Amino acid sequence: MQKIEAVNDFVIKFANINGSGSASANELVARAILRMGVPVSPRNIFPSNIQGLPTWFEVRVTERGYLGRRGGVDMMVAMNPQTWDQDVREVETGGYLFYDNSRPLPRSRSRDDIHVIGMPLTELCNNAYSDPRQRQLFKNIIYVGALAHLLDIEASEIEKLFAQQFKGKEKLLDANVQALAVGRDYAREHLKPIGLKVERRDKVGDHIFVDGNTAAALGCVYGGATVCAWYPITPSSSVAEAFIRFTQKLRVDPATGQQRCAVVQAEDELASIGMVVGAGWNGSRAFTATSGPGISLMSEFIGLAFFAEIPAVLINVQRGGPSTGMPTRTQQSDILACAYASHGDTRHVLLFPEDPYECFELSAQALDLAERLQTPIFVMSDLDIGMNQRLCRPFAWDDSVEYDRGKVMTHDALDAGTDFGRYLDVDGDGITYRTYPGTHPTKGGYFTRGTTKNAYAGYSEAGTDYVENMQRLRRKFETAKSLVPLPVLTAAKYPARFAVLFYGSTSPAMHEALDTLAEDGIYLNALRVRAFPFQNEIADFIAAHSKVFVFEQNMDGQLSTLLINEAGVEPHSLVTVVHYDGTPITARFITQEIANRVARLNVHPLKDRVA
Amino acid sequence: MTYLAKPKLHHPTLAKNRVGYTRRDYEGKISTLCAGCGHDSISAAIIQACWELDIEPHRVAKLSGIGCSSKTPDYFLGNSHGFNTVHGRMPSVLTGANLANRELIYLGVSGDGDSASIGLGQFAHVLRRGVNMTYIVENNGVYGLTKGQFSATADKGSKSKRGLANNDTPIDLASLALVMGATYIGRSFSGDKAQLVPLIRGAMAHPGAAVIDVVSPCIAFNNHSGSTKSYDYVREHNEAVNRLDFFPQREEITTEYGEGEVIDIRQHDGSILRLRKLHAEYDPGDRVRAMAYVQEHAARGEVVTGLLYVDNDACDLHQQINTVEQALNTLRAAELCPGSAALEKINASLR
Repeated sequence: MQKIEAVNDFVIKFANINGSGSASANELVARAILRMGVPVSPRNIFPSNIQGLPTWFEVRVTERGYLGRRGGVDMMVAMNPQTWDQDVREVETGGYLFYDNSRPLPRSRSRDDIHVIGMPLTELCNNAYSDPRQRQLFKNIIYVGALAHLLDIEASEIEKLFAQQFKGKEKLLDANVQALAVGRDYAREHLKPIGLKVERRDKVGDHIFVDGNTAAALGCVYGGATVCAWYPITPSSSVAEAFIRFTQKLRVDPATGQQRCAVVQAEDELASIGMVVGAGWNGSRAFTATSGPGISLMSEFIGLAFFAEIPAVLINVQRGGPSTGMPTRTQQSDILACAYASHGDTRHVLLFPEDPYECFELSAQALDLAERLQTPIFVMSDLDIGMNQRLCRPFAWDDSVEYDRGKVMTHDALDAGTDFGRYLDVDGDGITYRTYPGTHPTKGGYFTRGTTKNAYAGYSEAGTDYVENMQRLRRKFETAKSLVPLPVLTAAKYPARFAVLFYGSTSPAMHEALDTLAEDGIYLNALRVRAFPFQNEIADFIAAHSKVFVFEQNMDGQLSTLLINEAGVEPHSLVTVVHYDGTPITARFITQEIANRVARLNVHPLKDRVA
Repeated sequence: MTYLAKPKLHHPTLAKNRVGYTRRDYEGKISTLCAGCGHDSISAAIIQACWELDIEPHRVAKLSGIGCSSKTPDYFLGNSHGFNTVHGRMPSVLTGANLANRELIYLGVSGDGDSASIGLGQFAHVLRRGVNMTYIVENNGVYGLTKGQFSATADKGSKSKRGLANNDTPIDLASLALVMGATYIGRSFSGDKAQLVPLIRGAMAHPGAAVIDVVSPCIAFNNHSGSTKSYDYVREHNEAVNRLDFFPQREEITTEYGEGEVIDIRQHDGSILRLRKLHAEYDPGDRVRAMAYVQEHAARGEVVTGLLYVDNDACDLHQQINTVEQALNTLRAAELCPGSAALEKINASLR
């Protein structure tokens, strides 16, 4: 029988029942491999549930540093009888199926083309422990011990991780080390070696291992946010929770112990964005974190903030929607909802982070942009980046950079007789000066309204005033193009007629696919869009290629629609390829889609022609 | 009344308060509400209260929702910043504004449609959080701007101008405020300036969530014989529990009441609320008793007015979440950004 043989390059997937403590055991495997200097990329695929439903944990082991999902499973750790059949089906031919054989397995429910590894986990547990809770928890650790032996993961690394985790709880530490040994010893004595191996390398470097939500929260701390108002919603809740955790350490006045920020868990998303708008109006840097349904609820306020020109930052960790179930799966399906959120002629600035590093960087930048442009800024993260730990560049901060607080008219400027019109475009860039409430006893006060105002914020229902104001808002959106992050070009090794365009969490799978395609002689230029409004570079890039494949993780090709609507792109030049089943897009999917389409377009791989 | 132009010049003999402002300095634009609207009387009471309190007008931030009542912040305190937010959601915007700068005085103005119908949730939650503010509900039981539909405070059985009866149970905002934990709760009538002005003064000095439910007849749509929010009905059924006077900390208390039981309530900032009790059994320091009292009288068709409840040990949201004394919107990068050295430590912990 065929046997998959691979060193430091394979996918192992764990099928568990949620609430059984499996996630931390599985994470242990990922972290131990990472400690051996081999990059890993874990992904937690979880249900909308506390306990009892199927959950999966996929670990990509990747010496070459491909952190996207590859597609396919080389080894399945099948610990959930409910999903057995589907889990068995997923294993690659020649792959491995690890399971608990305390009860005999009917032959009909296995496969002949995979290697089945049985281990009596329940029996071992029942013999070693009498407490049902311990039996459950240590069963997970016992299989970690067995896998460590099979995959050559250094036990000492796992033990070091235990020592960190159970610092000060020596009893627990000993019990875990013991359970690990039970699994390892059994595997050594009873199990045959397999073809998947981890070998120590030095490929992790100074990279950090962190999830995007934690990174976004830290970005808000560094970016100077002083007000956070939020309402719990998966997959964004951990942004606010991380912000609370960080600020309790990093934002404490050393003299008084008081907080240099305010966090309020609101009663709903309407209130959370309302608080952000109130704080932004009053000169604080404020943000909220939410997901699609929250954006829907916030839409009225988003419109008010756009028209009244209030800075606000919304971190949207996108998911499938609506309701429950798909919401614990990833998507990029709020692009249009955010770009045009609310009533009236609105347009909003969107930023697309590719990984936790950019979640940090763009969240901090969003706070600057919000005050510079006096408008809501959306950081369009998603569940795949937000809730999974990912290896990325270490966070960086330039201490010499001051926050850009935007155009704020001061008390002294007003005293000096500067003409102040809240909506008066003195610089021609569409951005006007504002005053903070309470600035001056007699000058600079104004009444904030959505519309119905003139350049001096006086009440006006005149159509000409409305039109003038709307045109200025368009000018401001044009100005935004010069302020938002530029797209990132990855040029092919040889001149290419075709190109790909992508954004956000698609990035690592795309880079892997581009390498694979290049190995097969298919070369494409690639552009990663990082923001809306689209800079001219994006339209130019599209115009320079005969076809551009736009990869998106939604059904409707929302970014393509936006490109056609807003960047004047010819629709026939775009080929939209979508992946929207709720799982993160894979490198194999991208490779396959591009290879098929390129073949259909009658393109011969370059190496064939060269040969 | 937009057709009456306000003279721009101030009479030189107009009295100035301690901070050097005349009463006229607290006025705003000309009201565009109907002549005789109760809301204009409330605006006048706010102007009077702020002048008497020696508040610098620009240190007040006025926030409102949508509706006739929510238009009024344009008609007082013309040098203050104001924010006409969205329907029913002023409380959250006010909360955020208050978080950003705790040094200003926050005045929320809303109506019964805004606070009891679309915004009931935010009304309740802003009170439970103890946001330091004065929240005035200009309560006429009717939607004026959309021309006369019932709001959620309209009494059961009361009739609209078109003769339709309201079948729904009314929401009593004062009772709701008692349940939700507001720490200063008053009710008054737009036509009773003697009661309303000191109530507003007390509320603005109160260091927590203060609500005043002001019955304010709508002369266009709800001032007819079938309405329980008309001038006549409220005058006939008004049951004032106390007469209030307010003394800021620095003010010498000279006024003496000749009759009835008089109690002084010292608020946290040192200001004194002096109550002349009209109903001997009424205790504004007893939240539970106040709920029963208001409900018992409502069952008899009586509108209890006056200072219904005050907690002199009130604390606000900032105290509860332990924020710094300095306004958050004045903090600079040096105080907010932990810097690259701290970031390097965080990076190290993530390896």
